[in-house]
Amino acid sequence: MLFLLETVISGLMAGVMYSLVALGFVLIFKASGIFNFAQGVFALFAGLALYDFISTEGWFYELFGFALPAWLGIIATMGVMVIVAWLVEFLVLRHLVNQEPIILFMSTIGLAYFLEGLGDVLFGSDVKPLDIGLPQGAADYLLDNYNLYVEKLEVVAAVVAAVLVIVLAVFFQKTRIGRALRAVADDHQAALSVGISLRTIWVIVWSVSGFVALVAGVMWGSKSGIQFSLSLIALKALPVLILGGFTSVPGAIIGGLIIGVGEKVAEVYAGPFVGGAIENWFAYMLALGFLLIRPQGLFGEKIIERV
Amino acid sequence: MFYREAGQFKTSYKADQAIFTITQDRFFIGLFLIAAFVVVPIFINDYWANAILIHFLVYALAALGLNILTGYCGQVSLGTGGFMAVGAYASYKLVTSFPELNFIVAILLSGGITALVGVVFGLPSLRIKGFYLAVATLAAQFFLVWLFNKVGWFFNYSPTGMIVSPPREIFGFLVTGPEANPAVRYLFCLSFVTVFALAAKNIVRGRVGRSWMAIRDMDIAAELIGIRPLEAKLTAFAVSSFYIGVAGALYFNVWLGTAEPTEAFDINQSFFVLFIIIIGGLGSIMGSFMGAAFMVLIPITLKTIMVDGMGFAVGAAKHAEVMLLGTLIIFFLIVEPHGLARLWQILKEKLRKWPFPY
Repeated sequence: MLFLLETVISGLMAGVMYSLVALGFVLIFKASGIFNFAQGVFALFAGLALYDFISTEGWFYELFGFALPAWLGIIATMGVMVIVAWLVEFLVLRHLVNQEPIILFMSTIGLAYFLEGLGDVLFGSDVKPLDIGLPQGAADYLLDNYNLYVEKLEVVAAVVAAVLVIVLAVFFQKTRIGRALRAVADDHQAALSVGISLRTIWVIVWSVSGFVALVAGVMWGSKSGIQFSLSLIALKALPVLILGGFTSVPGAIIGGLIIGVGEKVAEVYAGPFVGGAIENWFAYMLALGFLLIRPQGLFGEKIIERV
Repeated sequence: MFYREAGQFKTSYKADQAIFTITQDRFFIGLFLIAAFVVVPIFINDYWANAILIHFLVYALAALGLNILTGYCGQVSLGTGGFMAVGAYASYKLVTSFPELNFIVAILLSGGITALVGVVFGLPSLRIKGFYLAVATLAAQFFLVWLFNKVGWFFNYSPTGMIVSPPREIFGFLVTGPEANPAVRYLFCLSFVTVFALAAKNIVRGRVGRSWMAIRDMDIAAELIGIRPLEAKLTAFAVSSFYIGVAGALYFNVWLGTAEPTEAFDINQSFFVLFIIIIGGLGSIMGSFMGAAFMVLIPITLKTIMVDGMGFAVGAAKHAEVMLLGTLIIFFLIVEPHGLARLWQILKEKLRKWPFPY
């Protein structure tokens, strides 16, 4: 029983991590109808940039002779992500307005490849341990009183994800920019006609998802080091989105949790019978089955098609 | 001056429907085929066969298959690597279980098995489309590779988990295994690719191909004019998987010789083939070949220039290649969504008027 509980908790925590990446997808999809395949590479890139700012091994240290403290490093990385967002709008999206969604999707695959190569060229491709002072190790309180093993870092990640969702919800519902974002999501042309600049909105929304990617990059980086496999997490976020619905922020969180718990429990209890490592495909098969029953996902808007 | 159709009249329906209606086209294609079938095998050596020619032929065939599905029927698939694995493992099981079976038959049968698997994974396409379908095909990719990696029956319980292609002969010539002559292996692949390309060209011009294109352009409208989406989508999946399965069988048997599923058939294979058809041209038979040639030559060219010419590390060339690929994908999608095939067509249009454009 205790073991099952531990499995479920570790699944929930892994799910939070998936949700962090999935959130970035949902933001961009809602605002521009683009499915951003590069989201995972964004997280990788943000993590690499952050490492460069705060460690003594990167370009930054070589150029200026000192490393930034963690909080300043995060702000600087945010700046980098805004620049990336602006470049993406300026060089790619602007030229692909009115193209079919599938063309835009494939262009983000190209973007993912480009950023991946750029990250390797700029920062090197070895695994980098990211330490920005987040707590590590097991949570003593739970271990002593309930004999439960839970990583502190995972608790932090869950809290951060919760805060992030609340901040994003407030941002979308209460601020002027948030309202503009929702207007664009509803109808591009109507938004344009009331004087909302599509381009500005796109830069903003890509920056916001860059910020989400940064958070995801920090969390994954603290957990298992910043490495190429981070960009593969992006692929795991796809079934999460299918489950939760492409247009729903709460859906991304709940979908992430379901996938996280589902694959951990399946791995532990069903894995030994079929040779193990079913974590690799469980999420996709779950999503595939789900697609057949409810294509719009748990919380997504119903897809209506017209000629 | 040399390339113009003035004075060439088509007097029958048959002549009008020919693949190459212009004499010059027929002449050059004939010349090209003679060069490919007769001249190249004389000069071929192991390096050329393995690094460039067979590599190119295998990916051209896989790209043909994916182009049928994505370019003609509009269903994006990221499961190419998984389907190639099905072809490879099916051929391995067939060849090792039935040693007397003709090798060509074995390869065609493994294509047929892949077609069945493709239809199963294509079933969701009836309800979902676009990147929803891309996720469904990702499920195929990960599940199939896992299956071949974990279930011992597929690799005959070999302790390393690798599959090794046993030596097989066609008309007395060895085509697989390390002893095989590069010219024979090249000709074997080339014959397959030629026949399959011709078949593909004719399928996409016929009724089936037209119904695929109607589905691609607007599926609801296609349904309204009497095309059955079930039939059209599943035939596209079947034919495409058949091509990819044959490509996978050739990839494993003739090109690699040994394979291990997690490396030889991973997700990057799927992306590689997808990039071939984006760069080469979506919905173009010619484009599949041009894209494959392009994608095969890029790494080799970059390596020659950067590592041998300018003294960079091998890793740096690899990273540069990844960056360049990403840039090229975006570039082609923005500037020429119809890819190299369209550029070729424009060139031919220009050539007709050259050198007197008025």
